Amino acid sequence: MRVTCTVNGRRQVADHVWEGESLLYVLRERLGLPGAKNACEQGECGSCTIRLDGDLVCACLVAAGQAEGADIRTVEGLAAEDGTLHPVQRAFLDTGAVQCGFCTPGLLMATDELLERVPDPSDADIREALAGNLCRCTGYEAIMDAVRLAAARRAGTGERA
Amino acid sequence: MDFLRPTDWAGALAAKAAHPDAVPIAGGTDVMVELTFDRRRPDRLLDLSGIPELRRWETGERTVRLGAAVPYRAVLDHLAGPLPALALAARTVGSPQIRNRGSVGGNLGAASPAGDSHPALLAAGAEVEAASVRGTRRIPIDAFYTGVKRNALAPDELIRAIHIDRATGPQQFAKVGTRNAMVIAVCAFALALHPHTGTVRTGIGSAAPTPVRAPDAEDYLTGALAGAGLWEDPRPLPEAVRRRFAELAATACRPIDDVRGTARYRVHAVGVLARRTLDRTWDAYTKGLTPCA
Ligand SMILES: Cc1cc2nc3c(=O)[nH]c(=O)nc-3n(C[C@H](O)[C@H](O)[C@H](O)COP(=O)(O)OP(=O)(O)OC[C@H]3O[C@@H](n4cnc5c(N)ncnc54)[C@H](O)[C@@H]3O)c2cc1C
Ligand code: FES
Ligand code: FES
Repeated sequence: MRVTCTVNGRRQVADHVWEGESLLYVLRERLGLPGAKNACEQGECGSCTIRLDGDLVCACLVAAGQAEGADIRTVEGLAAEDGTLHPVQRAFLDTGAVQCGFCTPGLLMATDELLERVPDPSDADIREALAGNLCRCTGYEAIMDAVRLAAARRAGTGERA
Repeated sequence: MDFLRPTDWAGALAAKAAHPDAVPIAGGTDVMVELTFDRRRPDRLLDLSGIPELRRWETGERTVRLGAAVPYRAVLDHLAGPLPALALAARTVGSPQIRNRGSVGGNLGAASPAGDSHPALLAAGAEVEAASVRGTRRIPIDAFYTGVKRNALAPDELIRAIHIDRATGPQQFAKVGTRNAMVIAVCAFALALHPHTGTVRTGIGSAAPTPVRAPDAEDYLTGALAGAGLWEDPRPLPEAVRRRFAELAATACRPIDDVRGTARYRVHAVGVLARRTLDRTWDAYTKGLTPCA
C-alpha cells in the first residue's frame, strides 16, 4: 500500500509498504530517515521515539497505515536547516550526555516534548518524562544534567516553542 | 495482508461484519508487538484510529462514557476526579510513550490477566458497550473476562465505549512490580468504597486466569462497616477487620508460578495490597476526602 504523511514539515510518500510494518520501518527503510533508532521493536527502550500529531510515541508501535495523513516529527527535524543544533541537542553535547548515541535521538525527542509542556521541570518531572527511554552507557546522571541545562538556557533566552 | 481504515463507526462495524477475522488495532501497543515478533499474522488489520468518536469521553451524572480508544494519558489528565482508581492504574502503565497510545478498550480487547485497567474497572463498576451490525449490548464488567486473554466479544463485535460508574467515595489502586516504570504487574489490587449504597468492590489483577473480584472480602467488609454503623459515624477500623479483609482478599487468588513471581508470593502480596488500599481509602473516607466531581 501507499502511505502519505508529513515528516518534519515535508510531504513524504512511501510506496510498496507492507500492511503489517511499523512506522519506524517506513521512516528508516523507505524514507531514508534513520534518526529514530531500532533497538527493541517492542516499546520498551524508547530509542524510536518520535512525535505523531504532537504526541510522543514509539514509532515501532505505530502501524504504517495509522500514519496516513499524519504530521510526524523526528530527530532529523530538530536542528535548523543550516545545521545549527537545537538547544536540547546542544545541551546533551555540552554535558557529555552522549556516549554511543544510540538512545540519544529518543531522549532528545522526549526532552523537547517535556520542556514544551513543563518549561521548568523538577528532577521528578524529568525522571518521569524519560522513564520510557533506556540508556545503557551514561548512567543517566549526565542526561539529567543535560535536561536541566536545556531548561535553564531556554528560560534564559525566553524561548517559547 | 489488508489494512482497513474506516473513518466512522458504521464503517468499522460493516468491516468487522464482512471480515470477522480482522484484528482491530487502536493504540497498537499490544498488536504491533505481536505482528513484529510474528506471534500473529492476520489477513486483515482493522484500524480504529481514524474514528474520532472513539477518542472522546462524556462525564454524565452517574457514569463516565469512555470511548474505547481514549489513551491512558487522557484518563490521567482529565478523569482522575470521577475515576480515581482507573486514573491511578493508568498512571502505572508502561511509560509516557505507551500511555499516549495505549487505551482501556485495547486493554479489554487483549484481556490479559495482568492488564492494569481491569482491577480498577471491577472495583468501580463498569459495563462494556459492545456493538456489531446486529445491534448494541452492554456487558457487565464481571461477565466480560471469560478466560486467559479471552473476553465475551463475539467475532463480529467491537468495543465502542466503556461506561464506568463515577466514584462516590475514595478509591485506590496498587500494583507490585520490580520497579516503578515499564513494568507488568506481578499482582495488582483495586478497592472502591461506595458510601451511597453502603458497599465496597474490589478487583485483583495477575493473580488468577482472569481479572477477578474478591467477593468474600467484599461481603465481609460491607457487613462489618454496616454492622458497626461506620458509614454514618466513621472511626478508625478495628485491627481484626483489616486483617480479616486482607485474608479473604488473598483467598480469591488462583495464581500461578511464572517468571514474574511465585503463586505463594502473589497470594501474600495481594493480602498486603488489600490491607494497604483499605487503610488508604478508609482514612480518606474518615477525613471526608471524597473525590471531587
Ligand atoms: C512497553 C510496553 C509496556 C506496557 N505496559 C503495560 C502496563 O504497565 N500495564 C498494562 O495493563 N498494559 C501494558 N502494556 C500493554 C498495552 O499497552 C495495553 O494492553 C494497552 O491497554 C493496549 O491498548 P492499545 O490501544 O494499544 O491496544 P491495541 O494493541 O491496539 O489492541 C489490543 C487488543 O485489543 C483489541 N482491540 C483494540 N481495540 C478494540 C476495540 N475497540 N474493540 C475490540 N477489540 C479491540 C485488539 O484487536 C488487540 O487484540 C504495555 C505494552 C508495552 C509495549
Ligand atoms: S525500538 Fe521502539 S521502543 Fe525500542
Ligand atoms: S549513550 Fe549509549 S545507550 Fe545511551
